[in-house]
Amino acid sequence: MQQRNDPARAGALPPRRSVAARLTELALRPEASVFFVAVVLVIYFELTANNFLTDANLQTLSQFVAAPVILACGEIMLLICREIDLSVGQVFALAPFIMEKAYNAGLPVVGAIVAALIVCAMVGLVIGLITVHLNVPSFITTLGMFFLITGITLTISRGFPADTPGNGLLNAILGGWGYAEFLWALALVALMHVVLRHTRWGLHTIATGGNAIAAAEAGINIDRIKIGNFIITSTLGGFCGILEAFRIGSTDPLAGGSNIMFLGVASGVIGGTAIAGGAGTIIGGLIGGIVLGILQDGFTLQGINAFMFDIIIGGAILLAMIANIQLARHRGMRPQ
Amino acid sequence: MTAPQAQPQPQPRGPEALRAEGIVKRFGSVEALGGVGMQVAAGEMLGILGDNGAGKSTLLKILTGFHQPDAGTIYVHGQHQTLNTVDRARALGIECVYQDLALVNGLSIYHNMFLNRELLKPGPFRLLDHRAMRERAMDALADIGVNIPNVNLEVGRLSGGQRQAIAVARAVHSDAKILLLDEPLAAMGAREAGQIIALIERLKARGDIAIVMIAHNYAQTLEVCDRVMLMQHGSVTYESHAAETSPAELLEIVRREYREMRGG
Repeated sequence: MQQRNDPARAGALPPRRSVAARLTELALRPEASVFFVAVVLVIYFELTANNFLTDANLQTLSQFVAAPVILACGEIMLLICREIDLSVGQVFALAPFIMEKAYNAGLPVVGAIVAALIVCAMVGLVIGLITVHLNVPSFITTLGMFFLITGITLTISRGFPADTPGNGLLNAILGGWGYAEFLWALALVALMHVVLRHTRWGLHTIATGGNAIAAAEAGINIDRIKIGNFIITSTLGGFCGILEAFRIGSTDPLAGGSNIMFLGVASGVIGGTAIAGGAGTIIGGLIGGIVLGILQDGFTLQGINAFMFDIIIGGAILLAMIANIQLARHRGMRPQ
Repeated sequence: MTAPQAQPQPQPRGPEALRAEGIVKRFGSVEALGGVGMQVAAGEMLGILGDNGAGKSTLLKILTGFHQPDAGTIYVHGQHQTLNTVDRARALGIECVYQDLALVNGLSIYHNMFLNRELLKPGPFRLLDHRAMRERAMDALADIGVNIPNVNLEVGRLSGGQRQAIAVARAVHSDAKILLLDEPLAAMGAREAGQIIALIERLKARGDIAIVMIAHNYAQTLEVCDRVMLMQHGSVTYESHAAETSPAELLEIVRREYREMRGG
């Protein structure tokens, strides 16, 4: 319960740091602890379930991990600027149906994908405009969107699954090949990591969540930042749904949903993103998603039942949050 | 309402940097400023005193382009200007250090110093040039005598005085010609306040910067400022060269005002 800051620690470090100091700093990074957990879990499952590190299982694992990680890339940006999108799993389900409609209307596959992504971006834009300009908390805006988009998807699909269009190499690249979706996830992680750490957009996202008044006084358009991140999240969600459609070969109107959305948020949070905003890491979200995947996959191999799995995931999220807040105090950074 | 008292207007010394005339600002039915004027010259420091709610911060936020006045005109270096955004005011060399310290705790010192004015690497991707920002931030801090060896530190780890110094350094290093300080000494111990005052005096000594400081403390303000201005209920009620007035005189004016308000 001690929440005081230690002023003695607030002194400056020397500019040239020793190897030990650099290692300590690395070990205190929010991603480091969850990376350590991932390594321990791999060793544990490889020892106890002897078919863990096989090609077939790694492919299964990579497919489980890909979607939460892609969704996490968007949710992390939103969490950093103190927003959340509960409807991204719904956009995930909607996008393949828009793609199918556009394809059947005569567009080529790539054109149909672009059309679907534009619709997803528009969903993000609407969420952003309602949240920012009508002052509705994003939790509520996206809760409304959650039901609204579910209804739209069920209506345009009439409740029936749709076949994924196209064939051949394009389909393999877009998710047909076993590792394709995971490679897309890695590419998007790399892209969003650069956006967050090496562009003005990322820096302004952190500033918006860390101190909105300060950001506004510095001349940053925080409304634009938030709306943009809603658009990014919805578009990533839709793209992820499309990849999944190409992997499976058809799309169910009840795909995605709250389960995949919460796995995305959980990946980000386990990876060290502060739910209170102002701090977060995309790489952490990748590792967080991998940890969730290893847990599910590993316990499945061991034959632990699905009810038990939810208990473990719940415990993992709680432990990760406690660890993050405690470590944040050691880093001398207030967790808000 | 207060009738502004007829005071002899003390004239600024150097070339005029900033002048505002007849500034009115309403928030709904509340009139925060009822026709306020002020001016400050390069190399000069103006102190604005007054109680909470006197309109000091509102005036400051109009001069930075954060709020727009409902009436009144602003001249920057003699030219009539409309300060409709913070960016516009900045482009004219007006920089403000806000009371709530416009720093982001989770970002490093150098990111804060370049917030919304980031240096980018050449090339089509518009990536941040972290190294250049780090080096320029170090130079800027050394230039105004602020001793912070590591600009990678998160601002949240610094003391109040260090944070204030970073905020001032940020304003100055971006070539501010008009520096607005909102209660720079508030919530600060005597030693830290002394360091900030020394920093402000070094800036004043450069001679090219006009400084406007908002403050509560009469003695401190008269000590560091060339001129002072007293604001009450959205109006300027008194103006004087710092050397020609005293805390006691200012206090007497405020006291008289309270008596009038109580109908005594």
